[in-house]
Amino acid sequence: MIVGLTLILLCQLLGEVVTRGFGWPLPGPVLGMLFLLGFLSLRGRFARRRPEFGRGIDATGKGLLAHLSLLFVPASVGVIQRLDVLAEYGLGLAVALVVSTFVTLVVTVVVFVAVSRLTGASIESPEKRP
Amino acid sequence: MSDSTFSLWVYLSQTPLLWLVVTLGAYAVADRISQAFGRHPLCNPVLISVVTVAFVLWTTRTSYPVYFEGAKFVHFLLGPATVALAIPLYENRHVVLRSIVPMVAALVVGSATAIVSAVAVAKLFGMPYAVLVSLAPKSVTAPVGMGISEALGGDPALTAILIMLTGVIGSVMVTPLMNALRMKDWRARGFAVGLASHGIGTARAFQVNSLAGTFAGIAMGLNALVTALILPFVVKLLLE
Repeated sequence: MIVGLTLILLCQLLGEVVTRGFGWPLPGPVLGMLFLLGFLSLRGRFARRRPEFGRGIDATGKGLLAHLSLLFVPASVGVIQRLDVLAEYGLGLAVALVVSTFVTLVVTVVVFVAVSRLTGASIESPEKRP
Repeated sequence: MSDSTFSLWVYLSQTPLLWLVVTLGAYAVADRISQAFGRHPLCNPVLISVVTVAFVLWTTRTSYPVYFEGAKFVHFLLGPATVALAIPLYENRHVVLRSIVPMVAALVVGSATAIVSAVAVAKLFGMPYAVLVSLAPKSVTAPVGMGISEALGGDPALTAILIMLTGVIGSVMVTPLMNALRMKDWRARGFAVGLASHGIGTARAFQVNSLAGTFAGIAMGLNALVTALILPFVVKLLLE
């Protein structure tokens, strides 16, 4: 677990150093995700010779992702700091957010599915919908 | 309050311990409620936890910076969790590679839709420039969205809040909406909610299906990049 956590933090550190160093408009952790992806494919290559190499990372990472919702709570509570602006433009902002989120969801899913069918990359999931 | 209760309060309000416990406790209860209702979209664990914590802060007259001193330890884990998205991404790499073309198309169209639709509706309500710019990056993950807003003359704190609200709205909306549209492709469902509602949408997608979660994570990362690149031009076109 410690090795897994260290690797994940190391990827994040490298991501922060590179994105901040070059002034890229990308969050450090997102680049860190790509670094970890690189590590995982390296691990896949060595899997036959060294099956134990970097195994701890899966359990650690999945543990973090299992409660992803929790990690958004501290920042989201910040809503209480701007209740005045929300009150002033509340109605307009609420309508804008709801309409825009709705339209974005519909447009994105429709484009994805349509292009997927056109290019023959479509799959039907066998799993049941919730 | 007696002297000893007062000094106890002074101690507790100065250490991270109390607000860490409140955050985790509120989430534990919210998660149980969400489970008990079969992960019903309206029982969103982020929403329930935020309302609970905000109520505790309001009754104890605690300011947000004091609360965040404790809760920042939980907040910090967002970074490593984003990095860890590589794990399901790697596990599903074959499906992801086969879906490159639909992903790019949905990304470009969806990203532009997210910005233009929000700004257009808000403009109808006659909002000032600073509010419009703060609203424009609302579908992007918070650290990037706040940076974009600030660079264009918006209010990053307001942007952060609008981002959070968008996340909650999208994760409440996505399951009933996708079912009504009869969308059965988990890749598309996940990609849409990750693009429209960043990490909070991704958390929702992982609750429902791990393939959807994987695609939501990809969409979140890509949309952050695309929005950062196109938003300055879109704002120029729409607002000047």
